Amino acid sequence: MAAHAHPVVHEAPKGFIRKYIFSTDHKIIGIQYYLLALFSVFIGIILSLLMRLHLIAPNVELPFFGQMTPEQYLALMTMHGTIMVFFVLTTAPQSGFGNYFLPIQIGAPDMAFPRLNMLSFWVTFAALIVMLAAFFVAGGPGGVAGGAPISGWTAYTPLSAIGPIAGPGLGMGQTLWILSLALFAGASLMGALNFITTTLDLRTKGMSLMRMPLTVWAWFVTAILALLGFAVLLGAGILLLLDRTAGTSFFVPAGLVVSDTQIPHKGGSPLLWQHLFWFFGHPEVYIAILPGMGVTSHVLSTFARKPIFGYRAMVYAIFAIALLGLSVWGHHMFVSGMSPYSALAFSLLTMSIGVPSAIKTFNWIGTLWGGQIRLTTAMLFAIGFVSLFVTGGLSGLFLAQPAVDLPLHDTYFVVGHFHMIMGVAAIFGIFAATYFWFPKMFGRFLNERIGKIHFWITFIGVYAIFMPMHFIGLSGHPRRYADTTAVQFLAQLDPVHTFMTVAAVITGAAQLLFLFNFFWGLWKGEKAPDINPWKATSLEWTVPSPPPHDNFQGRFPTVYRGPYEYSVPGAAEDYTPQNAPDTGQTASRQ
Amino acid sequence: MAGKAATEELELIELGGGRGPRDAGFGRDDAGAPLVPQRIYFTGIWLALAAILMFFMGLTSSFVVRKGLSGDWVAFSFPRILWLNTTILLLSSVTIERARRALLRDEVAGFHRWWRITTALGLGFLAGQVVAWQELAAAGVYIASNPSSSFFYLLTAAHGIHLLGGLTALLWVGRRPAVAYVRATPLTAVTVSSIYWHFMDGLWVFLVLLLFLGR
Repeated sequence: MAAHAHPVVHEAPKGFIRKYIFSTDHKIIGIQYYLLALFSVFIGIILSLLMRLHLIAPNVELPFFGQMTPEQYLALMTMHGTIMVFFVLTTAPQSGFGNYFLPIQIGAPDMAFPRLNMLSFWVTFAALIVMLAAFFVAGGPGGVAGGAPISGWTAYTPLSAIGPIAGPGLGMGQTLWILSLALFAGASLMGALNFITTTLDLRTKGMSLMRMPLTVWAWFVTAILALLGFAVLLGAGILLLLDRTAGTSFFVPAGLVVSDTQIPHKGGSPLLWQHLFWFFGHPEVYIAILPGMGVTSHVLSTFARKPIFGYRAMVYAIFAIALLGLSVWGHHMFVSGMSPYSALAFSLLTMSIGVPSAIKTFNWIGTLWGGQIRLTTAMLFAIGFVSLFVTGGLSGLFLAQPAVDLPLHDTYFVVGHFHMIMGVAAIFGIFAATYFWFPKMFGRFLNERIGKIHFWITFIGVYAIFMPMHFIGLSGHPRRYADTTAVQFLAQLDPVHTFMTVAAVITGAAQLLFLFNFFWGLWKGEKAPDINPWKATSLEWTVPSPPPHDNFQGRFPTVYRGPYEYSVPGAAEDYTPQNAPDTGQTASRQ
Repeated sequence: MAGKAATEELELIELGGGRGPRDAGFGRDDAGAPLVPQRIYFTGIWLALAAILMFFMGLTSSFVVRKGLSGDWVAFSFPRILWLNTTILLLSSVTIERARRALLRDEVAGFHRWWRITTALGLGFLAGQVVAWQELAAAGVYIASNPSSSFFYLLTAAHGIHLLGGLTALLWVGRRPAVAYVRATPLTAVTVSSIYWHFMDGLWVFLVLLLFLGR
């Protein structure tokens, strides 16, 4: 390859459409993903609030929608779960921030395959449109839920496999749901391929693997999980579509009678769907949470002004979590009648995830210990992430044991557990990333005062919503019940439901603060004083805010050190950027 | 301001994957050669193949589970043309390798010849697969007839679609091998296409044995 005497600077495309709509710039694509997730999360929140209101007032007629039926409740639940898991928790932390910052943090001008990157965003966009279209087709539960399916985000067979006869929304609504997930899986595969290739091949000089920020490690390992998991989900989705449309019997058992009608399929295995789905579905939990772990490490180190405690252990722990995460899908199926020996194996593997998780938690606390902690909003959300990760993780240890899982399965305990860990912990990772990187992405700060109010209401709010779920779960409250008034022992738990609903409404309203802060900050936020307002070390803080089209204007940095050199003894300042040369006297340049 | 100073000290280097100077950043140099490190295409194709492998392994496990669990598995008469198709596809792996080696020796005419033969063999394979489907359909065996035929149609169609993607690449590369590519060099495009092609070949051998022995 020819050597260059001058930097190769790439002009950004000129037209609005090429620059902002069909852009191949990873930064624009990252923002597109983020905005898609932001739109989706508010739909998800509205759906959950409607459910929570229905739970405390099942007989009240909602304005515009009328009284909610149980089927409508189930459809809202299905769409809430699906939209949140795929279009928020998978999209924002990985595709959003990963797209924006992975290339910059490793010193690359863009993703390895920019056009594939653009394609993967637009396929994700199409997937969202198809998913939302399910609300507007016929044959559903109607009302607020429209034509949406009622089979949950896991779409268990045979319920999801035999068409409209199985219930409202299971005709066209369910078909659209599967098509949407197939599109989403395809887009995620393209994205994962891009992330891995970029990380392996486009690191700048000196950026050895063990000098990569932990965010990059998290996005990299997440992409590996996505590459392996989404491929299987795609296959499973095709089998399910064939069962629904081509008359095959992969998942539909023989002799199935629904609504007095014999279903003309034979010999399929409903459990096969569960195996295929959870082979993807459990890694999906880590696809949602690992990027948050990376961001938390990054933010904690920055605002504790200390190197991350045990960098290598953190890297190995990410790998251990991912590897174990690929082999524990059976713990979602303890009540499926699986062999106790299989259950034991799945159980032991699941509980062993506690070890790398504990390593990470220990190291986060070790990072904070003795640090000069600056409680910025980003830092608060990162600490909040650690809190939620511990809380949600500990209840996972209960559920990992078959003997405990049998009574707790399909109760609110499970709902509380996964909302804590993959729901709000991952959301806290997104918030930490947003408050932390906003000045880099837009050159302006988010308002810290509003940010802190947002944090405290959200932090206390999510505990108020999801902790009581563990208790009503322990007392036997099943999940997915639309109306508890007719069940006497559940009626006693109504005050708890009321408490959770009030907490949910307040916490949901607090997110409007964030929305205001975000859009106000875009145009009116306080301008960042320089390119590195947090005095941080990684490469994104060495380029302008926002970074130019190819990030480094053709002058790619050389990396001399690891990503977390804070408060190095003898250094002139308490941080040493990764591209500061080894002069024997670190960070002494003024 | 250390951060600003650091920016000023950014030095011009070529992108090096963390291992030192190697290929340069995106775009073209003054001579028009692509500046993208060509290894991204190799990494990319292997990752794509890993995902494709997972996809087919998911379907294969479904095959094994579905067959093992059920009492409704019916063997169908295996279309004999599939063995001819298999031979054609194996042959195409040989011809694509000859094409690649011709290009390595800068024998452009030889490259074109072998590349076109490969493309023709690929088309022949797909046509043969359609004939196999027609034979089965004529015998009254459809996708919903029984689980073994469901898997037959599913796996051959899934492989066929992937091979169609490979054929598109062959046509694309074959049309403009000597033209300078935007990012990938001709040799990269040819080599990456042939890796994919060999993989589709090997995958087919696996699938045809699975379908034949497990039918």
